[in-house]
Amino acid sequence: MIWTATDIALMIGKIVLLYAIILTGAAYLVLAERRILGFLQDRIGPNRVGPFGLLQPLADVIKMITKEDMIPKAADRLLFSMAPAMAAIPAILTFAIIPVGAPLQLFGRQVNLQIADLNVGVLFFMALSSVAVYGVALGGWASNSKYALLGSIRGLSQLISYELSMGLSLVPVVMLSKSLSLADIVNAQADMPFIVYQPVAFLIFLVSILAECRRIPFDLPEAEGELVAGFHTEYSGMRFGLFFVGEYINIISLSSLASLFFLGGWRGPLLPPIVWFFIKVGLFSFLFIWVRGTLPRLRYDQLMHLGWKFLTPLALLNILVTGWWLALR
Amino acid sequence: MPILNDIKEILTGLSITFRHIFRKPVTVQFPEERRVMPERFRGSIVLTRDPDGAERCVACYLCSGACPVDCISMAAAEGENGRRYAAWFRINFSRCILCGMCAEACPTLAIQMSPEMFHCKRQVMDMIYEKEDLLIDGTGKDPNYNFYRHAGTGVVQPRGSSPGEQAPADPRSLLP
Repeated sequence: MIWTATDIALMIGKIVLLYAIILTGAAYLVLAERRILGFLQDRIGPNRVGPFGLLQPLADVIKMITKEDMIPKAADRLLFSMAPAMAAIPAILTFAIIPVGAPLQLFGRQVNLQIADLNVGVLFFMALSSVAVYGVALGGWASNSKYALLGSIRGLSQLISYELSMGLSLVPVVMLSKSLSLADIVNAQADMPFIVYQPVAFLIFLVSILAECRRIPFDLPEAEGELVAGFHTEYSGMRFGLFFVGEYINIISLSSLASLFFLGGWRGPLLPPIVWFFIKVGLFSFLFIWVRGTLPRLRYDQLMHLGWKFLTPLALLNILVTGWWLALR
Repeated sequence: MPILNDIKEILTGLSITFRHIFRKPVTVQFPEERRVMPERFRGSIVLTRDPDGAERCVACYLCSGACPVDCISMAAAEGENGRRYAAWFRINFSRCILCGMCAEACPTLAIQMSPEMFHCKRQVMDMIYEKEDLLIDGTGKDPNYNFYRHAGTGVVQPRGSSPGEQAPADPRSLLP
């Protein structure tokens, strides 16, 4: 394909728009989380800055930026300053392959609402979620602090274990849609979302993404109360902010992937595709917050037990059953 | 199957927290809304007056002595009618721990704990309250009590004329 000036301008426009949307989305997800957690606990939550607290994310950013950026004396300076970016960049990169709506007809040309329709989209996503482990691992290692190191060790083993069940739960989806490209996966769900055929894979994927973005039942890497703040104990200011924002961008990206793989992405009756997509992502994000407000943290051995002895065999069995079903159909 | 039981319990927990979203929050939005404290709440300290409108405090220093953090200071003076009063009376609320010992020690019920919550100040010197700041117009918790009707006799009224007091016995009448 030859890139014309219009193509490049369109691409840059899409990238800038996507950045604006996901960064704003992540900032407001933080606010939404604080407010919803408040309501779950019969509180009100932050409501002082602006109407309904809507300017709170702005205030938080100002606070983060004006805070002192401290690097411990014993820390490995290079890795220490690189680790937050290594946690946030894979989370943002995942959005490159997410189709947020049906292709538009704009000025007589087709515009995909997707940065890049990779033919190995699912693999790309799996690779990025593996790379995201480095942020956690190196952040904890470079801090040269016992809590951070313990947190990053936990994070490493947890992310690697749950990557496995997450990948295996996506295999039936790929088998059904016969493609690794996300656009094709969405198109394959035109008649029926995959959650109908693959409820078990959906549940495994849901549990695995909770573990992937280190959310509460699986928040062992940052376990406050045991490890101070886990792998980002030594971080302050905007470096901590980057870890924090990365976590919330991760929530949005994993929510969008869950809705793409199992709920038919932007497909839905009546409402425009983009609205359906945002509704589904919002529902998943709400689920993340709701689960956080409900469940206690798992113990380390329970976490490993659930991952290795339950989810992974179940995912393998699910692949086998799907294979039989596809062969005998 | 234990796994089904686990899933059921997780769903039970989720449904409970979901119901709480619609419940009225218990939060009190402090500067705008203020809780009415119970009558016996130990809030800020006041100096009360007797039913006749005079100061109850007789500057006996008992509150100052009882105070575990030494935040009460005063100077005694005597009026023309022979009654003692506090020339100045000062409570350093930046030290006060609101323990209520001063109010327990007070023989004339002058110093009392009020249910009024503390107001924060930006300057620590503003937390030092003088007698004028502490003195209130009312009688506080025991509205009819007047120290001088029970004690301090001889100064203002003949002995035995107080309501709960018997006339002094004349020892000569007891002689054989």
